[in-house]
Amino acid sequence: MSVNYELRCRECGKTWGNVPRSFCEDCFSPLEVAYDYDSLKKIASREKLVGRAFNMWRYSELLPLPEDFSVPNAVGGTPLVASHKLASKWGLKNLYFKNDAVCFPSLSFKDRVVATALAAARRFNFTTVGCSSTGNLANAVAAQAAQQGFDACVFIPADLEPAKVLNTAVYGARIVRIDGNYDRVNRLCAQVADRFQWGLVNVNLRPYYSEGSKTHGYEIAEQLGWALPDNIVVPMAGGSLITKIAKAFRELVTLGWVQEKPVKFFGAQATGCSPISNAVKRGLTRFEPQKPDTIARSLAIGNPADGPFAIKLIRESGGWAEDISDREIVQSIQLLAETEGIFAETAGGVTIGVTKKLLREGRIRSDETTVVCITGNGLKTTDAIVAEYPLAEAIAPKLEAFEAYLDAQLTTPAVAKV
Amino acid sequence: MAVTIEIPTAFRRFTDGSPKLDCTAATVAEALNILTSQYPGLSRHVRDDQGQIRQFLNIYLNDEDIRFLGGEDCAVKEGDKVLLVPSIAGGSQ
Repeated sequence: MSVNYELRCRECGKTWGNVPRSFCEDCFSPLEVAYDYDSLKKIASREKLVGRAFNMWRYSELLPLPEDFSVPNAVGGTPLVASHKLASKWGLKNLYFKNDAVCFPSLSFKDRVVATALAAARRFNFTTVGCSSTGNLANAVAAQAAQQGFDACVFIPADLEPAKVLNTAVYGARIVRIDGNYDRVNRLCAQVADRFQWGLVNVNLRPYYSEGSKTHGYEIAEQLGWALPDNIVVPMAGGSLITKIAKAFRELVTLGWVQEKPVKFFGAQATGCSPISNAVKRGLTRFEPQKPDTIARSLAIGNPADGPFAIKLIRESGGWAEDISDREIVQSIQLLAETEGIFAETAGGVTIGVTKKLLREGRIRSDETTVVCITGNGLKTTDAIVAEYPLAEAIAPKLEAFEAYLDAQLTTPAVAKV
Repeated sequence: MAVTIEIPTAFRRFTDGSPKLDCTAATVAEALNILTSQYPGLSRHVRDDQGQIRQFLNIYLNDEDIRFLGGEDCAVKEGDKVLLVPSIAGGSQ
């Protein structure tokens, strides 16, 4: 049986079979994986998922995997956390966090895209894989390449958070630090892919890579009891994730796995790098590129390649895009941790802070079901909040010292001595 | 001004395999027009029906995206390099 998907040009519609290529050689527009949904309906069903482990591979039929694919690792399958404290604080009846801060193996949603990209890399016989990355992707490529026996070479901006660099280096990946921001790194990688026979996951393997994002959306629908939310708030860097969640929802409707309903897509950015939200708010069809300046470095893409698609999706869905300041990002990370016990990276702070702003603007209503996407782990961006928590003086290991400490700390005598 | 336009592999089908074009121009727009008049097959890949630079094509003058330099009308200096790089978008339909 041959596979039931192939690459198709978004603009001219020409099909290209399955090849490591991200743009149409006829019109240079982006390629994406197109499926034969009629044949998918015959081989895929919700019933077939029963008994499969809860990770992204339970949706294998809906992903562009080679025929001889065997599951290498248990990526995805992250919790959809029903909010209680924050929901009540904000007056929302149904608020959920899709928590990819605990995605296996490298603690961000990028594990999902790398999983499908490496399946493609193996199919196309690449032995070296790589990426341009703001950090999370490099972590995911390095970890999964190590496990699956690929050589890894990743390109990162030189000023990346030390934790993200370490979390790549530890897996033995070659790290090329580039003197320039992500957009410069990305440009170089487009040239590297042009010159070398490497599988660069977000360049020449990009159509297969980005399909992995769909599993974030499939899981949300399944965890909501095979239903779609009314609203979804998604962080935007290059603008790909939000469009792939939309694709996932559309596919589930096409396959008859969920009932059709309108879903509003809300995009979240940091004000210091907000080309997509800026375009949405100003009614532009083309975004204006920016020079990023924000602590949310995983979202710091000033020239978002999927920006035009994200803008169109947000607008057509009846959603909106917003952005918040670095100060609000820090406060939002703290808010999520203190109310829900989830420690998100800066991008998670962005979605939380933007959700709050959307509520204030009346764009999200209290009786609706809202899902907020948390895409990375706070342990990777501790430098963004470390200044909030200065270390207290150490005290002697004596009860009197602790009592003196409490006396000094407490403004009211709330702690009774026994 | 003598400038060099660097052409990515995917575009070389339209340039008889040539990886670059040396030309004399005052602005990036002028350089691009020389490129597309020399290789007419490239025209529709550089500009859309409205005559704007195509959405998924990034153009750099030396190290900088021309959108930060005021667009394609920005002036070029002797020895400048104009770089064409297709945008790597995943897209979704």
